[in-house]
Amino acid sequence: MLIASTLVAGTVAPGDVKIENIAVSESLTGMAGNASEGRKTFANRKLGNCLACHANADLSEQLFHGEVGPSLDGAGARWSEPQLRAIMVNAKAVFSDRTIMPAFYSLEVGENVRKDLIGKTILSAEQIEDLVAYLLTLK
Amino acid sequence: MNRFLAPVAVAATSVLAVAAVTSMAVLAAPADDSLVIDGELEMSTRVAPIEGHPLPEVISGWHYRTEDTRALQQDSFDNPGMLGVEEGEEYWNKVEGTMGKSCASCHGDASESMVGVGASYPKWSEKLGKPINVELQINHCRVENMGAEPYKFDKGGQKPLTAFIKHQSQGLPVELNLEEGEMQQWWERGKETYYRRTGQLNLSCATCHEDNNGKYIRADHLSQGNVNGFPTYRLKQSNLISLHNRFRGCIRDTRAEYPAAFSDELMGLEVYTTWRGTGLSVETPAVRQ
Ligand code: HEC
Ligand code: HEC
Repeated sequence: MLIASTLVAGTVAPGDVKIENIAVSESLTGMAGNASEGRKTFANRKLGNCLACHANADLSEQLFHGEVGPSLDGAGARWSEPQLRAIMVNAKAVFSDRTIMPAFYSLEVGENVRKDLIGKTILSAEQIEDLVAYLLTLK
Repeated sequence: MNRFLAPVAVAATSVLAVAAVTSMAVLAAPADDSLVIDGELEMSTRVAPIEGHPLPEVISGWHYRTEDTRALQQDSFDNPGMLGVEEGEEYWNKVEGTMGKSCASCHGDASESMVGVGASYPKWSEKLGKPINVELQINHCRVENMGAEPYKFDKGGQKPLTAFIKHQSQGLPVELNLEEGEMQQWWERGKETYYRRTGQLNLSCATCHEDNNGKYIRADHLSQGNVNGFPTYRLKQSNLISLHNRFRGCIRDTRAEYPAAFSDELMGLEVYTTWRGTGLSVETPAVRQ
């Protein structure tokens, strides 16, 4: 129910996303994301669960921000929209193969994936776009 | 020395309330503190790594817990895991099976016969042709020497009896013999499992416990994932937690299928992770959040 990876017409399939120069220039859905939905996806433990690893002052009402990754305060000023999209799609292609940050819109996953998740991405193209829109508000 | 005979009958419910209030430390480094049980048994909780270990210092999971949780483990009266150890002693003396025997019928006083077992297992079993851990040794004895049913994973007396046996080695340094039989191959196999990235989240044991130990992942303070305190008492579950249950939970969290308890894969992992903790004192039963 929370696995939103069924491909909607007009969206770019995970295998077809091209990351060039740490950037994905086109929206994965062809449309702009919704920042307030992105904020929810960010905080939701079953979706982005981004707070597991990142502090984010915009969500200070939530307890326990992780510190495995850098604080995302100002991320929207540090990175451009195409760069944030690339980071969201596959952080391993941006930072390094060894990064702990999961690839949220990629089928390059680990071994023995849980059976019901095989062939599915962690987030949908729409959720990625929502997150990108949200991250851009973190100035 | 009376290390295993701490009085354990005192219920520890009142201290649980205190421990439930977790305070997230601002400093993420493992606590600078030392673990002395009942003011007399000094534990080695920070040791130099064995040759070939990737980390500069080997640190017990105790250092990564809150002050309240650490305090519970300092005192055998307060440590709620000691109730499990006491229960294990009852299983030790309980006659079961067609041969009319208990563990004690063959092994007598565990405080003599079982000292060191918890510090040196898993060890090579010629008979089984693979490494054997305390849980499997118990089952082996039940079947072969008692004519009793083997315990199912985490059922019956398995956790308390394992805790009771390992507790007899409390304070002794973990040291495996990798020279015997094919232990070295099982070590290799466990190492592969340790570094294999699994699941949709694509994480290995090393991603969390080697690369990121000392950091908070949400409210959890990541430790080195050492195994010297198992079975541990988990406050969240108000129960003893076995090592293979912990392994399975960590693998499940990567959104992967997880192996069966005592499968070859997890036995290799037990050999390898135990080796990584060489020199740490056995802490069974350690207290965790
Ligand atoms: C399990 C840990 C983990 C999770 C979960 C995670 N990240 Fe990250 N993230 C990292 C790490 C670590 C880095 C730094 C890159 C590196 O060192 O590998 C990073 C880097 C980033 C960056 C660049 C940071 C900067 O400004 O320099 C952004 C943006 C980001 N993550 C966004 C997200 C979002 C949004 C989510 C949730 C959808 C998320 N991350 C989930 C670990 C994580
Ligand atoms: C997503 C991160 C993550 C991964 C991957 C992971 N663990 Fe853990 N592990 C944790 C957390 C969080 C805890 C609880 C806090 C602690 O003790 O580190 C934990 C606890 C443990 C403990 C208990 C330590 C103690 O002192 O009580 C052991 C043992 C352990 N892990 C082993 C493993 C092994 C072996 C693997 C790989 C098969 C693994 N973990 C993979 C996050 C992870």
